[in-house]
Amino acid sequence: MSSARKLADAGRFLISGSGAVYLVLIAIFAIIFANNASFFEPANLMLFVKKAAPLLILAVGQYFVIVAGEFDLSVGSLVGAQVVLAALLIDGQESRTWPVILLMLLGGAAVGLVNGLITTLLKVPSIITTLGMMLVLFGAIRLLTGGAPTGALSEGFRVFGRRGIDDVPLIGQLPWALLIIVAVGAAAVLLMRSSFGRTLVAVGDNEKAAGFAGTRVWWVRTAAFVLSGLSATVAGILVGGFAGVTSQVGDGMEFVAITAVVLGGVVLGGGRGAVLAAIAGALTVESLFTLFTQLSVPSTIRPTAQGLIIIVAVAYASRERSRRHTPHPSPKPPEPNRHSDVALSKE
Amino acid sequence: MTEPLLEMTGIGKSFLGVGVLHGVDLTVREGEVHALVGENGAGKSTLMKILAGVHRADAGTVALDGRPVSFAHPVEAQKAGVSTVFQEFNLLPERTVAENVWLGREPRRRGLVDSRRMAADTAALLDGLGVTDIRPSTRIRSLSVARQQVVEIVKAISHDARIIAMDEPTAALADREVGLLYDLVARLKERGVAILYVSHRLKEIFDLADRITVLKDGRLVDTMDTAATNPDELVKKMVGRPISAFFPDPLPGNGTGEVRLEIAGGGNTQLDGIDLTVHGGEILGLGGLQGSGRTEIAHALFGVAPFTRGRISVDGKPVRIRSPRKAVGAGLALVTEDRKTEGLALNQTVLANARLVLDAVRPGSASRRAKRIPEILAALELSSRGTGQEVRYLSGGNQQKVVLAKWLATDPAVIVLDEPTRGIDVGAKQAVYGLMRRLAADGVAIVLISSELPELIGMADRVCVLHDGRIAGELPGGSAEEDVMALATGHTPAAAGPTTPQTPDGAAKGAQS
Amino acid sequence: MTAAVREAPKTAGPPPGRSRGSFRIGTTALVYAALVAILVVGAVLVAADGKNLFSTGNIVDMLTRSSLLGFIAIGQTLVILCRSLDLSVGYVMASCSLIAAMVMNGSEANVPLGIGAALGAAAVVGLVNGLVITKLKVNAFIATLGTGLILKGWLDTEFAGPAGKVTASFQQFGYTRVSVVPLSTVVMLVLAVAGVLYLRKTRGGHHIYAVGGDTDVARLSGIRTDRTIVTAHILCAVAAGVAGLLIAARFGTGSALVYDYGLDLESIAAVVLGGTYLMGGRGGIAGTVAGVMILAVLDTVFNILEVNPFYKDVLRGAIIVVAVAIYARRQLSARPSRVRFAGGAS
Repeated sequence: MSSARKLADAGRFLISGSGAVYLVLIAIFAIIFANNASFFEPANLMLFVKKAAPLLILAVGQYFVIVAGEFDLSVGSLVGAQVVLAALLIDGQESRTWPVILLMLLGGAAVGLVNGLITTLLKVPSIITTLGMMLVLFGAIRLLTGGAPTGALSEGFRVFGRRGIDDVPLIGQLPWALLIIVAVGAAAVLLMRSSFGRTLVAVGDNEKAAGFAGTRVWWVRTAAFVLSGLSATVAGILVGGFAGVTSQVGDGMEFVAITAVVLGGVVLGGGRGAVLAAIAGALTVESLFTLFTQLSVPSTIRPTAQGLIIIVAVAYASRERSRRHTPHPSPKPPEPNRHSDVALSKE
Repeated sequence: MTEPLLEMTGIGKSFLGVGVLHGVDLTVREGEVHALVGENGAGKSTLMKILAGVHRADAGTVALDGRPVSFAHPVEAQKAGVSTVFQEFNLLPERTVAENVWLGREPRRRGLVDSRRMAADTAALLDGLGVTDIRPSTRIRSLSVARQQVVEIVKAISHDARIIAMDEPTAALADREVGLLYDLVARLKERGVAILYVSHRLKEIFDLADRITVLKDGRLVDTMDTAATNPDELVKKMVGRPISAFFPDPLPGNGTGEVRLEIAGGGNTQLDGIDLTVHGGEILGLGGLQGSGRTEIAHALFGVAPFTRGRISVDGKPVRIRSPRKAVGAGLALVTEDRKTEGLALNQTVLANARLVLDAVRPGSASRRAKRIPEILAALELSSRGTGQEVRYLSGGNQQKVVLAKWLATDPAVIVLDEPTRGIDVGAKQAVYGLMRRLAADGVAIVLISSELPELIGMADRVCVLHDGRIAGELPGGSAEEDVMALATGHTPAAAGPTTPQTPDGAAKGAQS
Repeated sequence: MTAAVREAPKTAGPPPGRSRGSFRIGTTALVYAALVAILVVGAVLVAADGKNLFSTGNIVDMLTRSSLLGFIAIGQTLVILCRSLDLSVGYVMASCSLIAAMVMNGSEANVPLGIGAALGAAAVVGLVNGLVITKLKVNAFIATLGTGLILKGWLDTEFAGPAGKVTASFQQFGYTRVSVVPLSTVVMLVLAVAGVLYLRKTRGGHHIYAVGGDTDVARLSGIRTDRTIVTAHILCAVAAGVAGLLIAARFGTGSALVYDYGLDLESIAAVVLGGTYLMGGRGGIAGTVAGVMILAVLDTVFNILEVNPFYKDVLRGAIIVVAVAIYARRQLSARPSRVRFAGGAS
């Protein structure tokens, strides 16, 4: 391949649905830099990383679910419930840190399992399943807190969200949050390259074809929900450490996470998009919020920006797709159907 | 003789540069039933869609009552009196009969939809056709397929249609349901409505049609009076293509080996008494009309709609196949009929699709086994911009090669090919045929399902013909196309003496628990 | 020949042993049966606690609760029926309460103008939603989430607290009662009836079902599908605007914070609980009203019994999920399929 062609390919990638996010991200960082170069001093950068970490992790979890063609609206409430529960159980005692973290991971996986099984086996649309789960979890938060959270997180628990390895040359402190993001990101990329990841995307793209190829569609989708539950747990550990315990923790995070993933060019409905782009989408959202702070834009206007961006991003991506789509001679494309047995009624 | 109501002259159409129709002429007179016949791919459906306003012709003219017309949308065609009953049902299952019939032009009184008139008008239409068992207020989804077909026809005549085109109206009907349609056609004819009738079933054509137009490879072969011809002659005109050197000869080393696949007494709601054996190195053809049970056999074998009766064994080992996963595990492979909806994840790359079965069923060794895929793709002469290209950008033929590669990567014992050459170009067809011969030489057992008779006869060592869910008979490879057609249509010409099935029907009807 | 058709019931009838439409009870009937069952169980539980579920206070409580969600859910039904959805309704409601209250600003003369301005603004939001979905081809989930967020930013920035003031006469909308029935419930029911009539008696209503059921069939039948979707979104937003008016009437002022009630998702839950299919084309407003009432009755019963709200949330979530699972199952078994060879399996 000639270098010119490589360059053209790279250009095409950058303006494509999933590549555009990197351009936007670079642009925002450039503006931030132009405004206030001190943002790129290690200490500030690392603070940014700690703040952004929970959303990045949540975006990874939401990516698995969205790429398989579903939604998970329960992650925000799951983060909240996990943090409140952790404070209650740990109650400030160092010795309970690890057992509680283990318990949280199990709980997160269990929530994902329930979401997944109800969605796949009972054929309840995931938006309803996870909405129901969200109601239950919000109820649980209210039950546990009775309005104000009780108990406290241990210092050992909060380390992950707010501390790091000190006295690292050049950057000073290397936050645990950064290490966790890198680890989760790397694991996610590897997972998506594995057989599981490939079948996950295939299920989101064409469930029927994946089924004919021998995929256990229900299990793959359920596993995506379990991964989402686990990632919400990790996000909860980070956000609890960074921001502490309130009963509002996690509020609305599901929609921010979906925004981030969609901004990364991942298509709702499944089958398209890369996990790294989803992470980049989350980073874009967080950097945009940082930019707003810098420009002294009132924080209350953030949602407006978030709303505009998400609409523009999806409109751009769908325009790109329809432009590049090869014309289909048939006026009635076969409708994707959830139930493979439909195939049998027509030969 | 009346003036022609419809006159289509010199119709030409191509899709993405592939010619589908070439200068086809067709005239339809008032009150006649005009059958349009031809093999799959002859261009019948495209011609009908041009008439219906779904497609636009690239060349030629359409005239109605001598006036040239050009329909850009089905609604325009309907307003002009041309209605089409397509093969896929165009009904809303959750809405009532009346609501479907008047969809998009609901009668109104003082601005509001006049449900009473809508129901009364529908009842009148149904009554006029002598249909007494469908109520206007019934939901479509609670009707049988045959009655849904009746509703489609009622919808068509509700436009005061002067021409009704029907695309294989009996394809989805069981034999016992066809009588309903016959009667409707007779009544429409009485009213002077012209009917353009597309069907594969010869019996229907000779029962119903006044004239017959034969298409082949997108060209007009002949238009003749039904009275002046006979089924044997018609079949010859439909198929009469020399079986040239188009189909490669078997490769050396192709001796029929051990039995690799055996079905004994297989049956479910769609099939009954299916007995088949396929040897290693053998190509077994499955023929029959649309809906006769060919694809159902493939789906039953593959655990999509499993057999509920009978036994399957692969390489002598009895297997129970309840899901595609089990089927893959047992050494089966299925190249599905519909590439786009069942075969490929179109937004994924060539490589991702080609290794999908490995990823799904053998995750442990997928990466190791996937190393062979580039080699397999090269052997199939796939032309793409590398294995990283998304398959939706490939041509139909290349997409099919990806599907084939996906299954070859699993080293199957038995491979079932359902319409493997549908919609692909000649070069790709050759590649598929060559591949089948190579696989056979390697001892793989092959089941070939095809609607294209030359392909079926040219490639298969034996052909089993299905009719209405049962095996109607077995013919040796290279048999006359007329014989296959005869078995498939249930028409028995004097010449054809179909051999009896190899295993007596129902001999091994052992129940599987 | 004629005889063949006359005899068709026998020859072409459904295969024996398979139940067909005729004696299946409709989904709407099922929802109302569930409502009655929950009322009975609730009444018994409340009675066991020594109280009366059907006391004036409790009935008023149930009906008052239902009207706010009712307005929004009625509109939501329309968009869900055409295979869309609207996540912006909560923000539309909040915005409309503010617009109405600020335009009225305590002056009786401005009441009609206030109502008009609020509903007009709602219609504009609905129009934008519809156009973004149909013209920009943005998934409805994202489009309405986006417009909702845009409104949220505006509300959060401009309105830190309550704003505007409605008139005393307008407050009647929030507090007047006709015996035990609050005026707002009457208005909600009137709107529901209007919605039912719209769906049953206008072409636009029929086309909503067609677009939700199968867009291609609708298009082939000459229906302007984009226009149908846009109309549904406008009507949905206006219904949310009426909910905003109710908020203004109850509070006496406009409030931005009411978007936090979570009515967007709850209205979707009420709609699917009422038997409307989330993927469009099936269901109706009558079922939605029952779904809303079920949720309101649950709230009231749990309030009277002073049970921890957690169990209410669990029960709510469970009821919604179970209901949708049941509907999915019914749909699956109702699908006609040709059976050529019956039985024989062991």
